Amino acid sequence: MSEQTARGPAPGQAGEDTGPLTDPGYLEELRHQMQRFATLQLGDPHLAEDAVQEALVGALKNARSFGGRAALKTWVFAILKNKIADVLRQRSRYVEADSLLRADAEESDLDELFNKRGHWRAEERPAKWADPEAAVDDREFWRIFEACLDHLPGRQARVFMMREFIELESHEICAAVEITVSNLNVTLHRARLRLRECLENNWFARGQDRGGEA
Amino acid sequence: MKSCREVTRLLSEAQERQLDGGERLALRLHLMICGACRNFSHQMTSLRHIARAYARGASGDGAGNKSGRDSGQGEDS
Repeated sequence: MSEQTARGPAPGQAGEDTGPLTDPGYLEELRHQMQRFATLQLGDPHLAEDAVQEALVGALKNARSFGGRAALKTWVFAILKNKIADVLRQRSRYVEADSLLRADAEESDLDELFNKRGHWRAEERPAKWADPEAAVDDREFWRIFEACLDHLPGRQARVFMMREFIELESHEICAAVEITVSNLNVTLHRARLRLRECLENNWFARGQDRGGEA
Repeated sequence: MKSCREVTRLLSEAQERQLDGGERLALRLHLMICGACRNFSHQMTSLRHIARAYARGASGDGAGNKSGRDSGQGEDS
């Protein structure tokens, strides 16, 4: 199952047209980026290293010509995502026992953002983001994105990444993390609120007038 | 009328499941009169695009790699 992505192209003449994978500098940079990505979700550098190596070996084994580094990277990351999903699904219990209590704490935490009637506090209202599509082409944006991820409480970050990076379905995450669906929804809601606030404050509203507030 | 807090919760849940008719109506009514939640709603879409791009390794590409930006998208519910 995990080999699904890797099985596609015919192995053919390995070594002939591996392209960017034969460039040691590029390979190292790619490996480094994959390692960081996998460590974030698995929370364990050794498990992450295994997944990264399997993904890279899979890519090398099925050497084919790529339309450039972007295509190669997309493919290698797709394999890596499958590896990570497998590890996450198998690991049925790896979560803190007090996750339910934590979710309650997170819910009351929302009082910073909303007043008693559930309306946005004036200084917390989401602003309009200027050109969000362009951000993904900006290296500096990704630095901020990673910093914002880092600022999320660990469980929120992991659940968010399982959902948005690895694209697991709700029931898969609930099984892996051993929480209820409503617990999951609370956690994702909180993670998105925090992440959007962090991105807005540090990127999308930077240098803009946020409607006279702030 | 739902509060902003409840509406953002629904907008978040809409990323995981199809909302029912009553929920969708409540959202539409609220979004008609609330610009902050409208912004939040758009941001949920942006956040998903950003996350998918990150999971494709876009963070290492830097500036000038416009071509691969949104290819392979479109599976968003």
